[in-house]
Amino acid sequence: MTVAVKFSGVSRHFGKVRAVDNVDLDIAEGEFFAMLGPSGSGKTTCLRLIAGFERPTAGTIEVFGQNMGDVPPYKREINTVFQDYALFPHLNVIDNVAYGLMIAGQSKSVRQKAADDALEMVALGGYGLRKPSELSGGQRQRVALARAIINKPKVLLLDEPLGALDLKLREQMQEELKVLQKQLGITFVFVTHDQGEALSMADRVAVFNEGGIAQIATPHELYLHPQTPFVADFVGSSNVLPAPFVKKIVGASYPASLRPEAIQISSQGHAGVVRSVNFLGSATRLSVQLDAVTLTVLCPLSDSVPNIGETIYLSWESADMHVMEGVNV
Amino acid sequence: MSDTLLGRISDTLWRNPRLLIVALLAPPVAWLGIIYLGSLFALLAQSFFSIDEFSGLINYEFTLKTYGELFKAYNLDIIVRTVTMALAVTIGAAIIGFPVAYFAARYARGPWKALFYLGVMLPLWSSYLVKVYSWKLILAKEGILNWLFETLHLSRLLNAYLSLPIVGGNSLSVSTTGTFLVFLYVWLPFMILPIQASLERVPHSMLEASGDLGATPVQAFRTVLLPLAFPGIIAGSIFTFSLTLGDYIIPQIVGSSRRFIGQAVYQYQGTAGNIPLAAAFAVVPIIIMGLYLWWAKRKGAFDAL
Repeated sequence: MTVAVKFSGVSRHFGKVRAVDNVDLDIAEGEFFAMLGPSGSGKTTCLRLIAGFERPTAGTIEVFGQNMGDVPPYKREINTVFQDYALFPHLNVIDNVAYGLMIAGQSKSVRQKAADDALEMVALGGYGLRKPSELSGGQRQRVALARAIINKPKVLLLDEPLGALDLKLREQMQEELKVLQKQLGITFVFVTHDQGEALSMADRVAVFNEGGIAQIATPHELYLHPQTPFVADFVGSSNVLPAPFVKKIVGASYPASLRPEAIQISSQGHAGVVRSVNFLGSATRLSVQLDAVTLTVLCPLSDSVPNIGETIYLSWESADMHVMEGVNV
Repeated sequence: MSDTLLGRISDTLWRNPRLLIVALLAPPVAWLGIIYLGSLFALLAQSFFSIDEFSGLINYEFTLKTYGELFKAYNLDIIVRTVTMALAVTIGAAIIGFPVAYFAARYARGPWKALFYLGVMLPLWSSYLVKVYSWKLILAKEGILNWLFETLHLSRLLNAYLSLPIVGGNSLSVSTTGTFLVFLYVWLPFMILPIQASLERVPHSMLEASGDLGATPVQAFRTVLLPLAFPGIIAGSIFTFSLTLGDYIIPQIVGSSRRFIGQAVYQYQGTAGNIPLAAAFAVVPIIIMGLYLWWAKRKGAFDAL
C-alpha cells in the first residue's frame, strides 16, 4: 500500500484555538477517504492543510512521500472542489474547466478538447459557453468537479461538495462521485458533516471531534463498533449506555453503545416509559425512559406502535451491546 | 386608519403603486430635466455661436467656427496636456490605490477597517482649497520636501529632475509634477473606495481556487483578481479622470503657467468674455468621457453591474 497523504503530529492553532491538534493520519493511494465531524471539529482545516491553504503550526504532512512543509498550493499536485465551488464568474464554463491547463500554458485546442472531455464526464456536455451564474447549483457543482480533475491531480480534495444540493440531487451525486473515483483511480479526501454520506461513500472514515480524530475505521466497523461515546452518538445515532448501567448488566464499568434497531419491544426485560413517538416512514422512532437512561428505539413498520406515556418492556441481545473499553470513566 | 387624511393617502398609494413611483420620482426628474440637463443644453447651444472679433459681441447664428478654434495649435495643446494629466493621475491613483483597497478588503477587520475608512475619508472632510495650499507649502522651494532632499544630500537629484522639460520647473510647486502630485492626492479616495467595494465582493476562495489549479500569485492576480476588480477600477477611473479633466483650481495654485481645460474655460468665460469658446472647451471633457465610457463598456467593465 502506497501512502498518499501522511499526517505526523500535525497541529494548526489559531491563537488559542486548537483547530487541529496533534493529528496522525495515513490515507492510502486510490482510497475514498471521508473526514466526518461536526462543524468546528477540524476536518476542513485538515483539508486546507493538505491543499496548502494553511500551514501546520507543528508536525509534518507528506504527500506520496514528499514533505509538503515549504511547498505552496500552486506547486502541489492536489486539486480541490470548494464548498462554495469558487467558479470564476468572469469566465464561461469551458474557460473555468480549462483554467488549470491555461495556467500550465497548454494550447487553445488542447484546452478545448480536454475541457469538453471533462464536461462530458460530469454529464455537462454542451454547457461550455454558459457563465456560472446561468447554471443551477448541481450544475455548478459538476463544473467545479470537472475543473478539479482536469489537471489529473494525485489527490482530489472535496470540501462538503454536496452540502448545498437538495436531497435527491445529493443522493445522485453520491453515486456519481463513487463511480468517478473508481474510474479515475485518484485518491479522494472528502469532508462532510453528514454521517450517512460518509458511511455510504467512503472506504474509510475519520471521525473528528474538537481538533482531534476520535476514530478511523471502515464505515461498517465504525457503525458496529464505535470506540467512544462521541462516535457512537455522532455516527450511528447509537444509544450510549452509561457505565453504571452497563455494570449492572455485564459487570464491566465502561460505557457501551447500543444501536436503536437492535432493541426489541417484548413482554419482559427493562421497563420504561414512552416519552415520544416519531413516524419516520420505514420505521417509527421511540424515545423510552428507563430510570436514569433514555433510549432511542427503532420500531419496524410492521410492529404495533405504543402510545406516549405507556410503559413497555425492552430487550436486546447482549452481543449487540458494545462495551467501549478504551474510554476513561 | 383610513379615516384620517394620512391614512387615506397611504391607502390610495397602496392601491396605486404607480402613483407612488410618480410621486417619488417627480422632484428628482424635474431637477435633472430642467436645471441639470437644461443648463447643459444651454451650454451646448452657446458653443455653436461665435464671437465677433471687433465688437466682442456674441453672434447668435449657428456656426462650427468656434469648434474650429479648438483645433488651433495653442488650444489643442491645452486639450492634449489636460488629457495626458488626467490619464497620468488615473494610472497613478490605480497603482497606489489598489494595494490600499486590497488590504482593506482582504485583511482589515474591526478597528482596522474603521481606521481605513477614516484614513481614506479624512482628507475629504477638510476644505479642498486648504489641502491644495498646504501642498503648495510642502512642494515650495522652502518647503519640507526640499528640506528632506537637502538633509538626505539628494538635492542634486531633485534639481536634475526639475531641469527636465515639461515635468520640471523652478521648484516642485511650480512644476507639472507638482500639479500631478496634488491631483493624485486629492482624487485618490475616489479611486480607493470603488476598488475596495469591488474587491470586497471577491470571495477569498476564488484566489485559493486559482492557486489550487496551479496559478502563481502573479498569475492569480492577472487572471482572477484583476478581471474581477476591473469594474471597480473603471468606476474609480471615471472619477479621477473626469475630476482631473474639469478642475481649474489645482493647476492655478500649484503648477506651471501652462493652462489646462478648466483654466481655459474659466478665462474665456470671465476676463476674455468669449462664452462660445468657453462652452466649446467645456464640451471637450464631455466628449472624452463619452468615448472613455464607450471603451470601458466594450471592455466589459459594466457587465458585473
